[in-house]
Amino acid sequence: MSARATNRKRRVVAIASGGGHWVQLLRLRPAFDGCDVTYVTVSEAYGADVLGERLRVINDATRWNKIGLVKMAAKIGWIMLRTRPDVVVTTGAAPGYFAIRIGKVLGARTIWLDSVANVEQLSLSGQRVGKHADLWLTQWRHLAGGSMDNWKENNARIDGRDARPTVQSRASAGPICCGSVL
Amino acid sequence: MIFVTVGAQMPFDRLVRTVDTWAADRRRSDVFAQIGPTQWRPGHIQWASFLEPAEFRQRMNDASAIVAHAGMGSIITALQFGKPIVVMPRRGDLRETRNDHQIATARRLVEMGRVHAAFDEDELMAALDQIDEMASGEVIRDCASDELIGAIRDFIHAR
Repeated sequence: MSARATNRKRRVVAIASGGGHWVQLLRLRPAFDGCDVTYVTVSEAYGADVLGERLRVINDATRWNKIGLVKMAAKIGWIMLRTRPDVVVTTGAAPGYFAIRIGKVLGARTIWLDSVANVEQLSLSGQRVGKHADLWLTQWRHLAGGSMDNWKENNARIDGRDARPTVQSRASAGPICCGSVL
Repeated sequence: MIFVTVGAQMPFDRLVRTVDTWAADRRRSDVFAQIGPTQWRPGHIQWASFLEPAEFRQRMNDASAIVAHAGMGSIITALQFGKPIVVMPRRGDLRETRNDHQIATARRLVEMGRVHAAFDEDELMAALDQIDEMASGEVIRDCASDELIGAIRDFIHAR
């Protein structure tokens, strides 16, 4: 049953690696008001930032550490199976990539917010996973390939048929920009 | 106190060494640096490799100014405390990070009036000489723009 059908709170997995990715994810918190949120990041120490909220900790790994990445993907898979989110929100990097790919398999809707640090070009993980996300966002207007109006139109049109927007329509347009964490 | 941070992920010898040299030259004892995995050890300033988030925030809060790499974690945290911040971006060609994205970030944030930037060691020395006169920036609010929050909230609650 969907959250809408049962009127329960939307389940959100908010996931990011450490440092700037995590700091940016925290700045989205008001968007999660009224949701059942599970935060996922790479260090227990960040629990101080989300006191009283659910936090799951995974190992940290970059794209140069293949074994670490496999372990990370497995842990995220387990968390996603246990949590069954309606929506996945991520600011990157590797954990966000896996959460979006696994989230899609499990039927979640997904948001990739490219880090504000990616000023000249989209992040590598964003370039790889953006087209799989239902909402692909950059924080810089000059990097945007689509517009929120396109996305809303597209969404509205498809909502009429009670289906999600198609991935292809947004992949060709690239990410959209609707504001920044700053 | 001047609080220096280079993040936790990669060493940044150039920044730590320059600040240490400056502090020794100017006989400054009010500098604390969080140097991450930097191998080079400061001889003059106080330092720690890593700080727990609570202590990190406390030191930010207590500082009169921040010196940092151009990482968004350091920059956003400094802006949330309304502290003047001088950033020196890591360089890709020196393998201080994977590419030159910090240079681009620093340029943009200077244009936006958010940070002061030093693009090499000489510029950092010059900026440090000015640091006591740098005005505190405005405290930025603790969340993203209304537009971004609204877009994500709408998406979450869309059917």
